[in-house]
Amino acid sequence: MTDTLSKIEKRTAYTLLLPAVFLVFAIVLFPIFANIWISFKEVQLKDIRIPEPRVKKIVKSVSEDKTKLKIVYRLRNSSLIEDINNVEFLDKLPKDIEPVNLDSRCTFKSKKIECDFGNWKAKYKENFEIVIRNINNDVIDKNIIKLQKPRLSGDADNILLTTKFTLKNFKQVFNENEFLDLLLTTFYFTFFGTVGAIIFGMFAAQLVNQKFYGRTFMRSILLFPYVGPVVALAYTWTLLLDPNSGTLNALLVNFDIIDKPINLLGQKYLTLNLLGFDIKLRLALTTVIMFEIWRYFPLAFLFILARLQAVPKDLYEAAEVDGAGPLRKFINITLPQITAILSILFMIRFIWNFNKFEDIFLLTGGASGTRTLPINVYQQGFAVSNIGMGSAVSIVIVMLLIIFMIIYFKLIGKRANEI
Amino acid sequence: MRYKPLLIYLFISSIFLTLLGSIWKIMATLQGLKLTEINFNINFLLALLLSCTLIFIGKKINRLIKILVFSSIFTVVYILINENAPIWYNSGVFLISLFFTSRVKNYDLSYLKEDFISEKIIFDFLSLFAIVFFAFVILFPFYLMFVTSFKTQAALLFNPLDLSINFTNNIMEVFKSYFVIFKTYDFGRYIYTSSIVSIGTVIVTLIFAIPAAYAVARLNFFGKTFLSTSILVIYMFPAIVLVIPLYTVFSQLGLRNSIEGLLIVYTATTLPVAIYMLQGYFKSIPKEIEDAGLIDGQNWFGIIVKIIIPLSLPAIASVALYVFMIAWNEFLFSLMFLDNPKSFTLSRAINHLTGDAETPRQYLMAGSVVVTLPILLIFVYFEKYLVSGLTAGSVKG
Repeated sequence: MTDTLSKIEKRTAYTLLLPAVFLVFAIVLFPIFANIWISFKEVQLKDIRIPEPRVKKIVKSVSEDKTKLKIVYRLRNSSLIEDINNVEFLDKLPKDIEPVNLDSRCTFKSKKIECDFGNWKAKYKENFEIVIRNINNDVIDKNIIKLQKPRLSGDADNILLTTKFTLKNFKQVFNENEFLDLLLTTFYFTFFGTVGAIIFGMFAAQLVNQKFYGRTFMRSILLFPYVGPVVALAYTWTLLLDPNSGTLNALLVNFDIIDKPINLLGQKYLTLNLLGFDIKLRLALTTVIMFEIWRYFPLAFLFILARLQAVPKDLYEAAEVDGAGPLRKFINITLPQITAILSILFMIRFIWNFNKFEDIFLLTGGASGTRTLPINVYQQGFAVSNIGMGSAVSIVIVMLLIIFMIIYFKLIGKRANEI
Repeated sequence: MRYKPLLIYLFISSIFLTLLGSIWKIMATLQGLKLTEINFNINFLLALLLSCTLIFIGKKINRLIKILVFSSIFTVVYILINENAPIWYNSGVFLISLFFTSRVKNYDLSYLKEDFISEKIIFDFLSLFAIVFFAFVILFPFYLMFVTSFKTQAALLFNPLDLSINFTNNIMEVFKSYFVIFKTYDFGRYIYTSSIVSIGTVIVTLIFAIPAAYAVARLNFFGKTFLSTSILVIYMFPAIVLVIPLYTVFSQLGLRNSIEGLLIVYTATTLPVAIYMLQGYFKSIPKEIEDAGLIDGQNWFGIIVKIIIPLSLPAIASVALYVFMIAWNEFLFSLMFLDNPKSFTLSRAINHLTGDAETPRQYLMAGSVVVTLPILLIFVYFEKYLVSGLTAGSVKG
């Protein structure tokens, strides 16, 4: 009895899970593995359209003779690179109408014109003509002929399914002398974006954890940057920082803080003179990191606030009795209580910032020294139109991601569920 | 007499007052007021003088009189040493000084003798400053977005600092950008598409996630632990590594430029977190209630529909709002999959607007307001649910 019950339970579980698992498998897991396949191929963006034979049918009159018509089929191979093999053609004619001068490649049988065009090279084009006439010498209605759509079929290699592989993409990814720079930029962006967001989140959480007038309002607006759509916010920032008519530059110039506008998103380096040393600051990258911090500190805030509210109040009261001031209370009570959540946040946000695409793409498009690995996937795949290269960069990202995740689960693992 | 707390108090409170004044000045400048001097040093000295006087007077005179008299004196001196400005600006200065003096009304020399008073003063003013800072930094871009949508390109290029809205104009003139984006740029259609995609994603995700979450939470089957850990791992893979294979496959299947294609991708990418959130909640429902249902002869469908769903409505609301937010704000997939303006979502449409450098920025900002406002309103209205969704889902983002 129990045996059958557990069997039913198992079957029910699989039925309930199957749709979700299948969908996630198809859309999330399959692409990750498909990346490996594509990254070993030489595929351009234009190759991914499956080549197909195309036809356009034009009906013309033949001089004065209304009982005859000429049909012109404009045939072509849609692909510029791939051949199409065994192209077959089929068109139907109405009753009592027959072709006059049929091409040798074609046959006419029971109102059907069937042709075997053989193999078409890439870019192949042909104007294929047939003259038709009515057996009873009646007038042929042009529209009836026009309405009948011809059919074409052919075999073509789908470049994605061939078994030609190459290591070229990976060689190119690693041999590019910018690869190190790319990794470094990604690392700067990720590290400073994560640390900055956590620091600001900590301040905000500490703030909202106190009692003051308008606290709930403050708590709501602190989440605005994260809740708002990235497109709208990124473009607002672009306007704000615009060198020609952006509010920020205009303000700074107005109050004589700077002499002339600074292109915060379009200038790669800014040379600062600190104590006699010239320091080259990655300006555009810093600005993008600022945006990143602005947009994602609310998440850190949310986590840290939840943890702060769970710290027992009597700890603080006891500390007060012992004569501890606000600073001591923060260092000796608050900080130890939130270190666990801070480390978890750091790991999670590090992984996510590492993959951030939209923010940088919308602000700078990867120009002025803000090209990170995810941006590179897009640029290789869609700007340079080299799908294979894009996939190869994706694979590099996945590899690094797996390393981060192993570290994450080794260090934090099950504790993540306890917060 | 302890000098350290006194000096700390004087310094930090004066800095605070000067900063408040400067922020007010910046805000006023942005209303088109011609102010070009921050005068930080002089105003700091003035603020220092005020703090100094206030602390030495302490509780010797009535608080109300103290607050009123000294804010008035401060305002008058402030007006005298700073540039000429209209009355509304000066009233603002008065309100700021009123706020400041009432804030420090309890400070006097004996108060400064308390334990840890320097730290307390620093923390007090630091949190006050933090409130102003965070409110300003967060709200300013939203304010700019909103205000720019009511301006014209020419006015903005002429004076980028004048963000005031001219309400004396014809109402059609003020809202012109909104009329244009709905008429010329067809934003009505994009709002429709975005709503369909987002609501559709929520519905489909829930239909797939609720049974799956129930199975993970309640039933025993082979591979259960593996499945529940892999849910989180899968969730951590970012959209950018999925985009190229999905693009190629969708191109070949003709799923690009279709709402169905977006629905499938959005659902699949939000499913893991939806299952993760729901199963956590389902586990907290007492199993006895389900057993009662089983005895009544319900099958799993009946149990889910009649017992589990009604009991976990708050969690379902959280998941629904979170998924809605993700789908509404999503950009990468809509950028990749949609290139026919007929099937654009709002985010993609705004991105498309920037493709033409000639598009005036007020249209861009009007579009941004149209895409931002609904999600912010939903957030404010359903904050409780969305925050719990965010907390659970924020491993990603």
